[in-house]
Amino acid sequence: MTSPVMATARSASASAAANDPLTNVQLKYRTQAVAKPYFVAAIGLFVGQIVFGLIMGLQYVIGDFLFPAIPFNVARMVHTNLLIVWLLFGFMGAGYYLIPEESERELHSPKLAILTFWVFLVAGALTIVGYLAVPYATLAQMTGNDLLPTMGREFLEQPTITKIGIVLVALSFLFNLSMTVLKGRKTSISMVMMLGLWGLAIFFLFSFYNPVNLVLDKYFWWWVVHLWVEGVWELIMGAMLAFVLVKVTGVDREIIEKWLYVVIAMTLISGIIGTGHHYFWIGAPAYWQVWGSVFSALEPIPFFMMTLFAFNVVNKRRREHPNKAAVLWALGTGVMAFLGAGVWGFLHTLAPVNYLTHGTQITAAHGHMAFYGAYAMVVMTMISYSMPLMRGREANSNAAQMVEMWSFWLMTIAMVLITLFLTAAGILQVWMQRMGDTPLSFMAGQDKIAFFYWLREASGVMFFIGLMLYIASFFIRGNERASA
Amino acid sequence: MSASFTKSTARNIFYGGAVFFFLLFLALTLDTVQALPKRDNRANLTEQVARGKKLWEVNNCIGCHTLLGEGAYFAPELGNVYQRRGPEFIKAWIKAQPTGAPGRRQMPNFHLNDAELDDLVAFLKYSSEINTNNWPPNIEG
Repeated sequence: MTSPVMATARSASASAAANDPLTNVQLKYRTQAVAKPYFVAAIGLFVGQIVFGLIMGLQYVIGDFLFPAIPFNVARMVHTNLLIVWLLFGFMGAGYYLIPEESERELHSPKLAILTFWVFLVAGALTIVGYLAVPYATLAQMTGNDLLPTMGREFLEQPTITKIGIVLVALSFLFNLSMTVLKGRKTSISMVMMLGLWGLAIFFLFSFYNPVNLVLDKYFWWWVVHLWVEGVWELIMGAMLAFVLVKVTGVDREIIEKWLYVVIAMTLISGIIGTGHHYFWIGAPAYWQVWGSVFSALEPIPFFMMTLFAFNVVNKRRREHPNKAAVLWALGTGVMAFLGAGVWGFLHTLAPVNYLTHGTQITAAHGHMAFYGAYAMVVMTMISYSMPLMRGREANSNAAQMVEMWSFWLMTIAMVLITLFLTAAGILQVWMQRMGDTPLSFMAGQDKIAFFYWLREASGVMFFIGLMLYIASFFIRGNERASA
Repeated sequence: MSASFTKSTARNIFYGGAVFFFLLFLALTLDTVQALPKRDNRANLTEQVARGKKLWEVNNCIGCHTLLGEGAYFAPELGNVYQRRGPEFIKAWIKAQPTGAPGRRQMPNFHLNDAELDDLVAFLKYSSEINTNNWPPNIEG
């Protein structure tokens, strides 16, 4: 139930006094607070991801750094798996926070949500410890990979038992949210969120399909990877962004939900057949070069619309929300997703271009900015909006928000630099290794572009500083009130 | 957006578009699966290749290398390494790791026996004979 204080704070943006963000604000629904541990875990794992990113970045230029304690393949597995897991924690936290509020009722079972949290965290931590403590082949043996071999494929390196655990955690989470939605108000935002989350769980099941035939293996591996990040995850992202925009702008829900449907319609219209851009060179028929090129060339459109959507809605805002940082993240995620997923994706998606760039640093450049812009940033948008509320205030103090906004700019600019340096490295790699009459071998080419890897590593340090500031922003109290 | 374009229109485009394009994707997938026997070198999918693929997986080779362009970009493409280096070089190379050369990228030693090395090479040979529409552009991968 809405408390009187909350109601006042919400309706009276005209009155500065009533809009005191440091007033003791209560959550609309008590059980939304289960999102808090999820967000804390997400940020903690994010730090781990960046630490291992820095290790790998250094290994690119000082090849034997930390060898044999942490070989590159282990560091990379930890880096990418932590990314996936912290984003999943972020999505789950977002689900637990927004579904009760959209459904206008308490969460079906907060106890189950907390139990699920600990199961997921412990399983995730044990998996990472396993990666670091024993050789991967030993881990495969220890976890019974022989019974159902699913390990050793990019991003799906988790032991089979961990994968089963992920499915169980997802089912518990989806059961909890679905029961909440079924008994409560059904909004477009909650429907899209649930569709995205169910899709995430369903497409993950393809990770259990690992045929000996390499082409079939790769073909359906993309049903997890592509249909996640260029499919159902975008639904989750759209729903999270729409939810925050409804809250911070006060714009009519009908308008925001109309935008949401248009954006995600374009996502799936372009993105499903767009999977074909992964089928150019892995043994699938050549016609995928046409289907994949044409449809994936459309994939920037939904991201561009998302940017338009965010700016449009913020421009039409009917209230001045005191949480300026959340608005910044919401605008930023649109822009950076468009640049990283849209522009950098388009850069190498056409088959004749991809013939040269496939599997080079160009791919790495795109991957970094796309994941940061679309998914890391939308999770931080949600955290930025909801964390202060879960801590009893509508917004953080000016001082805390200032630090958070600094961290936004540091991390975002650092990611732009990482992307630019990797793009430069990638273009040179393609030029030296794949074009011309006397192509260089892989390692000879790598040596010549080490300069750009150093610049990338320096940008990575900048990103890490930004991340430390981000964390610091949670601990800054500040006496000054954020003015509306 | 104009007022005549309503939320329910947008919702219908979303559901209609998603269903239509997913069905189209399934149809293309069906056609692909039927076309694959002529392209994916399945005639040479022996027991040995299957063992080799498993070794490839449980040693996380994809964590540094690419295979048909997919994987990590830290070490050379291996989809055509069979043609680039030949079976004996590949086996000798794997056995000789790590090089220990200061400052150079290091590959761990995976302690594979001779039979396992043959399995792995068989898998790489099979992979190299998949019809990839002439990718990679040259022998350097």
